[in-house]
Parts: sequence; C-alpha cells; structure tokens
Amino acid sequence: MLLYVLRRLLTAIPTLFVIVTLAFFLIRVAPGGPFNQERGLSPEIKANLEAQFGLNDPLWLQYAHYLNNLLHGNFGPSYNLPDFTVGELFAKGLPISIQLGASALILALILGTLLGTVAALNQNKWGDYSVIALATAGSTIPTFVIAPIIQLVFGLSWKLLPIGGWGDGALLNKIGPVLTLALPQIAIVARLMRGSMIESLRSHHIRTARALGLSDWSVVVRHALRGAVLPIISFTGPAAAALLTGSIIVETIFAIPGIGRYFVDAALNRDYTLVMGTVVVIALFTIVFNLIVDIMYAVVDPRVRYD
Amino acid sequence: MFKGMLKATVFATTMALATGAFYTPAFAEVVYNRGNSADPESLDPHKTSTVYEAHILRDLFEGLVMQDKDANLIPGAAESWTVSDDGTVYTFKLRKGGVWSDGSPVTADDFVYAFRRLEDPATGAEYASMLYVVKNGEAVNTGKAKPEELGVKAVDPETFEVTLNSPTPYFLEMLTHQSSYPVNKAAIEKLGADWIKPGNLVSNGAYTLAEFVPNDHIKLVKNPKFHDAGNVKIDTVNYIPTEDRSTAIKRFEAGELDSNDDIPTEQMADLKTKFGDQLRIGPYLGTYYYSIKTDKAPWDNVELRNAISMAIDRDFIAEKVWQNSMLPGYSMVPPGIEGYSSAMAKFADMSQIDREDEAKKVLEKLGYTPEKPLKMEIRYNTSENHKNTAVAIQEQLKPLGVEVTLLNTDTKTHYSFLEQKGDYDVARAGWIADYKDPETFLGISRKASGNNYSNFNNPKFEELMDKAAAAGGNPEERMKDLSEAERVLIDDVGQIPLLYYSYKNLVSPKLHGFDENVMDIHPTRFISKD
Repeated sequence: MLLYVLRRLLTAIPTLFVIVTLAFFLIRVAPGGPFNQERGLSPEIKANLEAQFGLNDPLWLQYAHYLNNLLHGNFGPSYNLPDFTVGELFAKGLPISIQLGASALILALILGTLLGTVAALNQNKWGDYSVIALATAGSTIPTFVIAPIIQLVFGLSWKLLPIGGWGDGALLNKIGPVLTLALPQIAIVARLMRGSMIESLRSHHIRTARALGLSDWSVVVRHALRGAVLPIISFTGPAAAALLTGSIIVETIFAIPGIGRYFVDAALNRDYTLVMGTVVVIALFTIVFNLIVDIMYAVVDPRVRYD
Repeated sequence: MFKGMLKATVFATTMALATGAFYTPAFAEVVYNRGNSADPESLDPHKTSTVYEAHILRDLFEGLVMQDKDANLIPGAAESWTVSDDGTVYTFKLRKGGVWSDGSPVTADDFVYAFRRLEDPATGAEYASMLYVVKNGEAVNTGKAKPEELGVKAVDPETFEVTLNSPTPYFLEMLTHQSSYPVNKAAIEKLGADWIKPGNLVSNGAYTLAEFVPNDHIKLVKNPKFHDAGNVKIDTVNYIPTEDRSTAIKRFEAGELDSNDDIPTEQMADLKTKFGDQLRIGPYLGTYYYSIKTDKAPWDNVELRNAISMAIDRDFIAEKVWQNSMLPGYSMVPPGIEGYSSAMAKFADMSQIDREDEAKKVLEKLGYTPEKPLKMEIRYNTSENHKNTAVAIQEQLKPLGVEVTLLNTDTKTHYSFLEQKGDYDVARAGWIADYKDPETFLGISRKASGNNYSNFNNPKFEELMDKAAAAGGNPEERMKDLSEAERVLIDDVGQIPLLYYSYKNLVSPKLHGFDENVMDIHPTRFISKD
C-alpha cells in the first residue's frame, strides 16, 4: 500500500510538469499582456515595466526561470497586484477557500447521503419524490441565483446574516457562502446515493442478509451502505478539489477573499504568474484527492487491493 | 492566584460596564466603511494607475499640493510656492514641522528621491509620463539620462525646486495626481519591496495603513502626527472592494457600507426610488468615445465620418442604454473645467431627425443605401453596456445604409489590438481626466500619442496644440488655443465622442463632507460621520 502511494506520488511529478508547461505557453498565446489597459502606455514605459518582471527575456528563458523558481517553492510576483507575491496571495486566500469548501463538502456528504438513502428506501413514494424534486432543483438552479436569494431573504429581510464580506472569519459570514456552495453538491450526492443504494439493495448479499433475518437497520447501514457509498467516494475526489480551491461566483457575490476568483481574474488580466499559481494549486489538489479516493476505495471495498 | 484573576476580571467587567454607561458618541471610535469598486493594484504611489488607488492614496499620503472636498487645489506638504517669471521654475516651501508617520521630518530630499524614483526606469512606473514636463523627465525615464539629472533640487531641507522644460500652467494640477506623492526613502532602502506592507508603510497623510487583506478590506487608521489631525473626524476607514455591484447595493442597504462609488446602472430606476437623494449622480470628467480609423478608406473621408457621428442618437443611448448614468456627449473635453469652453460638434443643435436626414443625404451621395450598404465593424471590450451601446448604434445606422458588425474581445485583447494599430474600423474607448485640464483629453489625439487609436493626424490641430503649450504663461490665451484645437479635432471628426461620464455615488445620510465634484474626489479627512 505504501509503495503504491509512493509510486502514485512519483507519477504526479511528470503530470505536474506537463500541466505547468502547457499552461505556461498557452496563456502566452492569448493576445495582449499584463500591461495592456484602457490607458495606453508609451512603448518606453511598457518596456520598463516588462524589464522589471523579466518579461523582455526570450520565452524559453522565462520558462526556465519560472521552473527554477517553482522548484524552490517560489511562485513569483503577481504582475497586477505587485504589492504581493503569488505565494502571499495564496497564503491569505487559500485557507479561506478551504474552510468554506470543506464545510460545504462535509455538509453535502452528510445531507446528501442521508437524503439519498431515505429516497432509496422509499422508492417511488412521497419521500422519494420530494428528494428527487429537491435534487433536481438543487442541481438546476445556478449558484448566481441562489446566492442573491440568500442575501435578500436572510440578509435584508430577516437581518439574520450579513450580506457579504469575510468579517475576519465570523461564523455568520460563512453561512451564506457555505449554503450556496453546498446546495448543488447535496443534490448531486443525493441522486448518486439514491441510485447506488437502490442497486445495492437489490444485490445478492443483501438478499442473503435479509434471508438471515437481520434487522432493517443492520441491512441498510452495515451492508448496503458500504457498497452504495463507492460512487460517492469517487465523486468526492474531484468535487473536493474543485470546492476547496474556491468558487469565483460564490466568492464574488459574497465578497469573500478566497482564491476562487484569482483563476478567472488572473487569466483576464494576463497576470501570468498568478494564472500559473492557480493552475499548480488546482492540479495539486486534484492529484492528491484522486489519490485519497483510491486509498479510500481499498479501505471501504475489501475487493480492491493495491500491491 | 486564581482569586486574584477573578477579582481582576470582576473589576474589569465592572469598569467596562461603567464606562459603557457613561459612553457618549464623542468618545466612540468613528468607523467609515467605504465601498470602492476595486482593490488597488498597488499602494506604492509610483506603481499606481487607477482611480480606486487614488482614493486610498489620497488618504495615506500628502503631495506638495492636494485637493479639498470640492477638488480645488490646496497646499499639501508644501505650505506655499512661487513660480519664476518665465513659468519654468517652481519653488515649494515645505510645511514647517511636517512629519512622516514614524516621526521623521518630511524634507525636500524626500521629494527629490520620490520624483527621481518615479522617473527611474528600474521602478517601472506606469505614470512616469506625468513628470515628463520636468526637465530631463523623459530622458531619465527612457534611460537617456541618469536619475540625478532630473530637474529637481533640494535647495535646503525645507525648499524644493522643480525646473520644467517649458511653462506648464497645469503643472500644479498635475501634482495632485497620486504619482507625485512622496515616499519614505529610509523605509524603502531598509525594507525593499516589503516597505508597502501594513506595519512597514511610512506615510505622511491623514491616515496610516493598518491592514490589507486583498479582496476583503484595507484598513486605514488616523495618523495622529498629521498636521491637520485635529480636524480629522473619521478614526478608521475601511476600504471595501465592491466588485459585485448588486452585492454592494445590498450591503449599503443593510448598513454594512456607508458609501459606494458605483451602482449597477441597469437598476437605475429602482435605485432612484429606493434611495432617493442618497443616490448622487452628476457630471464627472470623463468621455466615452469611438475611435474611427482616419487613415483607412473609406473612413479617411471626413464627410463620411461626420455622417456616421451625426446619425448616432446619443440621447437614446444615454437614456435607454445607460439609464441616464451618462450624458450625451458632443465634444472630447467634457464640460466642467473652469475657464474652458468645449468645442461641440456642429450638429449638436440640430434635432435628431434632421441629423439623420442630413446623414442619409451624405451617405446616398457617397453611394451607400440600405440595398448597397457600407460595411463597418465596431470593436468593443467586454461589458454589458458597451455591448448594448454598440447594438443600439448598429440599429440606428442600419436604415441609413450602414451595415454594422460587432466584435467583442476581453479588455486586454481589445487594448493590445488598438495599441498595435490593428486593422479595425471603429473601436470603443474611454478617457478619465488625470487632472483638471483640457490637455488631458486633447493630448490623446495628437499624432505621437500612444492613445491616438484613430491615427488622427491634422497639422492644424498639432499647430494649435503647440501654440497652446507655448502660451503657457497666459492662461486665457492658452484656453482659447486649446478650444480652437478641439474645434479642429471635432470638425475633422478625429474621434467620435458619444457620452460624458457621470459619478454615481451612494452616500449614507450619516456622512457629511462627501461633496460632489467633477473629479469625484472625496478625501476622508474632510468627511465626518454621525
């Protein structure tokens, strides 16, 4: 098992390398640069700016510099926010995105699994229909609609929650964003869970368990759930990577200083180093969470073994 | 031990309750939560370029001259100044006892250092061109001269002298721009790039930097060493970036923000009913215009350019697309600069129907009809309102025999294409005044300007602009020359001005001293809150 993990981590290095290389050259293909803006700069002033950031070097040299810096854990300065290095921006923003994303994920997993199980056990009855209706609504109503509704209802009308802002991490400030992030995930988990639970309940070993006269609780929780939860685990990997690295919509609407918006803003601003930073972070999260999922598989399903 | 702690706690709680009971608002910390449409790019005055930064830097630093709440020029770090008879040498007497927030005196050397730093190519200052009017300014910035050769001098610690290339009557106005603020040499030399961090930043304005959490807030606290600290009413100002305009409105309504500097214009009508006079809209020195390639057929024909410009229904665009958050514009220099009268397009007095008839006649004469239309492409950068403006113009020009196609790109692509003089017909652009002078709006159409996207090149215009520059010593004559230059620019349709910008502020009735002006400047030091 340990060997397997090590091997997976080693193969991650060339994967990251390819991602970094592709991203580095792709963003340069986009027209314009970090210093194009409404107010044109004279060629001399632009040259000064580019020289300051080494953007006047040949591209291969810039690439070599970037790789070298990256190996030393240095993401470089942000071009559009020169008061901060990319590392500093992540140090401030990433913990915030992770807090919100992790809370939303946990909420989604608990509620989604619960709702999905309830639906499966009441298949084609009212309980099932209401969960399906909820799940359909949750996955079809976009977050940019849910978020303002939460702001209007809980913030302006009932004055229970602040409209936006991080408030130095106050609990009340987190509720709106976490709910908005979690709702669509709850819907997905519930639907996945319902499907796999129904399938699991029909399988041979469950029939055997029932034949042996085990209680409903024991059949569902100890036997059916174990098999049914596998699709949820594989869903959780990429979902966690996406949730923990922040959401541009939720962070923008709730004015949350996470890193979700950097991905889009940096690309639009041609802030090359910040784009690269977000790419690396998201790639790392994806790789790590996929690995965790594979390990979880082995833990939950005795049929899966890695040697 | 435990007992002692308990006692202390009880005592502290009682004290807190007691003081609470006698608390009067006069002792309470006054906090102003100020919505600012975007985070600054940098708090380094030499690296800034946006108006969002300007708001914050105006609170942190004090230049030689500053602006009051009506955007009028007032003494800043300089108490007084004299100008030589030929208008080229400015001698500033610094304020006695003016100090940095670390207690060290603000000296003429600080300004020498700051001005040189702005021009030093190694700084990479976007606004270095602001000081090109200073002797050797451009030469230093382009590496042709050493920073020490810049025309600035510390005569003595309290006397700072600037030598200009030629008389520049708007020089003092230019000095109100944040790029000419002083920076603390000792701090920069000691801390390098980290000098700008909260806790490190030494400033000389009414406030000092306490916190900077990107995308969340910038907290400034009152600087007790500021020379006018006695009159500064707000203790803490939090600049809160309000990128999402709709959220900003809700936060304002919920009292989380005391003011915001922008609104979602598409909700204008609702906002007016909801907020009444808390919503403040008025003229702002900015022009929204279309650049039309004047050196490319068929746009090299003045008559054609004029017909296109004339046929655009600006009233409709201002009212329907921009919900009156913009005003119809007929000149490059918006009204509102004292002593200057803008040169309006000649058709400004005609009714829209007459304009369209006239334009149709011209287009027919040139052989364009709805059956045999003229093809024109409008490029614009991503924005709902830029798109709607272009679509409106597309519809307006259609019956006249102009077939407009639209091309949308993101902002960076748009401006890099314009800058590289790409092949386009008409492109959207905008210009906001850096300082209160017509020069800032007219200079962008000069043939050598990097912002001359229409490739306008008219010798008469160049001549008049040069004449105005030479008339520096005589403000009245200079304004007349500039106005004549604008007349040439407008009659020759070097650009197509469409709209004048407006400021759009939401201001809580609790705030006082947030006064309206054409520069949309509101220094926190003049604001108070109930």
